[in-house]
Amino acid sequence: MTISLHDFLIPPAESARRRGPHDQIVMSSRVRLARNLKNASFPGWAKKPERIRILELLQPAIERLPEMKDSFSESMDALAVLDKQILVERHLISREHAARTAGSGLVLNREESLCVMINEEDHLRMQALRPGLQLKQAWLAIDQVDTALEKKLEYAFSPEVGYLTACPTNLGTGIRVSAMLHLPGLVLAEQINAIIQSVNRLGLAVRGLYGEGTEALGNVFQVSNQQTLGETETTIVERLDKVLSQIIEHEENARATLLEKKPKMVYNHIGRAYGILANAHSISSKETMNLLSLMHLGMDLNLFPGADRSLTDELFILTQPAHLQRCHADRERLSAEERDLLRADMLREHLRNVSRPVVKPSAAGGAKLDKTDKP
Amino acid sequence: MLCCICKEREARVFLTQIVADKVQKVDLCEECAKQKGLDDAAGFSPADVLLGLGAAEIDQYAGGSEIKCPRCGFTQADFKKSGRLGCADCYATFAEGLEGLLKTMHKGTRHVGKIPQSQQQSRDLAERLKVLRKKLDKAVADEDFEMAANLRDEIKQVTGRQGNLAAT
Repeated sequence: MTISLHDFLIPPAESARRRGPHDQIVMSSRVRLARNLKNASFPGWAKKPERIRILELLQPAIERLPEMKDSFSESMDALAVLDKQILVERHLISREHAARTAGSGLVLNREESLCVMINEEDHLRMQALRPGLQLKQAWLAIDQVDTALEKKLEYAFSPEVGYLTACPTNLGTGIRVSAMLHLPGLVLAEQINAIIQSVNRLGLAVRGLYGEGTEALGNVFQVSNQQTLGETETTIVERLDKVLSQIIEHEENARATLLEKKPKMVYNHIGRAYGILANAHSISSKETMNLLSLMHLGMDLNLFPGADRSLTDELFILTQPAHLQRCHADRERLSAEERDLLRADMLREHLRNVSRPVVKPSAAGGAKLDKTDKP
Repeated sequence: MLCCICKEREARVFLTQIVADKVQKVDLCEECAKQKGLDDAAGFSPADVLLGLGAAEIDQYAGGSEIKCPRCGFTQADFKKSGRLGCADCYATFAEGLEGLLKTMHKGTRHVGKIPQSQQQSRDLAERLKVLRKKLDKAVADEDFEMAANLRDEIKQVTGRQGNLAAT
């Protein structure tokens, strides 16, 4: 029996409630491994019949893993464009994979903690996902899947340079360890560029919300390793873990300093964000994400007592284009303008029972200007 | 900020690349970025930067011209275009040229991470064999023929297991 993707996926209201260590700042952790089969061309070079043959070999092998019990397993040509976009908006597949059709596939487990892309850039792109900062756990989970699969498949491996990948940038371990961070404090404190630069200097990449080449919408940044050869997986995971702990500390410090030195500026941003989100009648996806980020910060700072703190996370997903279209499945393909209207309706509806931010008396009273850094 | 290639238009594409602890920054306008093949954000990777910005360099990396992978038919020109290889065998085909590229990209050029279990076994056997042969040489030199005979038997056993492993 086939189940539709819509019925399979965990509803955003539920997935937004998943908790993990440091999840006020680290939205999610991910470890992905790239693997290829011996004696076959890489997906980008293989002809369609070869890709289909590989998909037909890999898909059942993955489905049979105990971790993949009751999984969602589908060929990319069997998925509607909207479903693929929804998977991208949930960060389960890459935009590149969403563009693929026959000869590529996807196997996603029940908990949405393991997702394997078949014939993306490599024959296998296996990823383990966890809420909050849990890189080590994610690595152990995907390592286990990889070890189980290598018993059934013959990987392309060289004792000298390791697992052979389509792009030499993934060669060796084929590992990409990454975390999605929400850093409104560092952005407001204008420290983010300095942080990005020092992270870059450690050989780590900082990217926007949807990975390579995307903008940092909603103050969300992805940090990941770039080098994959010449170090063990554990070394790479541990280094990233260490760097992330430092970024968390910087973000916490930035928030505390802002509240101490420029409370008016912080409350002004959060209050305006709430005002627009709760009252707008037309709003773009970009503005929504940026304002939801500020409201999320308000939640973290306990300015919305009584409000469910997972609400902004849920809205972050629900207000994205494909999710919005899904909520109006009865309608033809919505135009951007129509989506802006419906997005605003959805936000007003969800924020109806959320009262305006409550600011601590000391910071609320008076017309005192924020202290500035400059004398 | 002006584009560092045409020095006329405003830079819109900013690339930061780290090569051996040195940060290289390249700021390009959209047109020059497109010309260099850097407008496709989805396919962007450091390899592309090298390929796109240093075509002469990559010629040198890829070592000469008209090398073609005997298994999949992938050529050096294909690599130049896409920054991706055709199949696992391409790594052997283009090994010489890739060495330099890998050096700029990674921490090292030797894999030290996870090894598939099957490979681990053969690696262990090879190591064992090395040790046994050394011992055998010593035994022969010491004229300890009883020891040498035992070692010879053991080497035979290990080679047999190696053969079995290769056959499966």
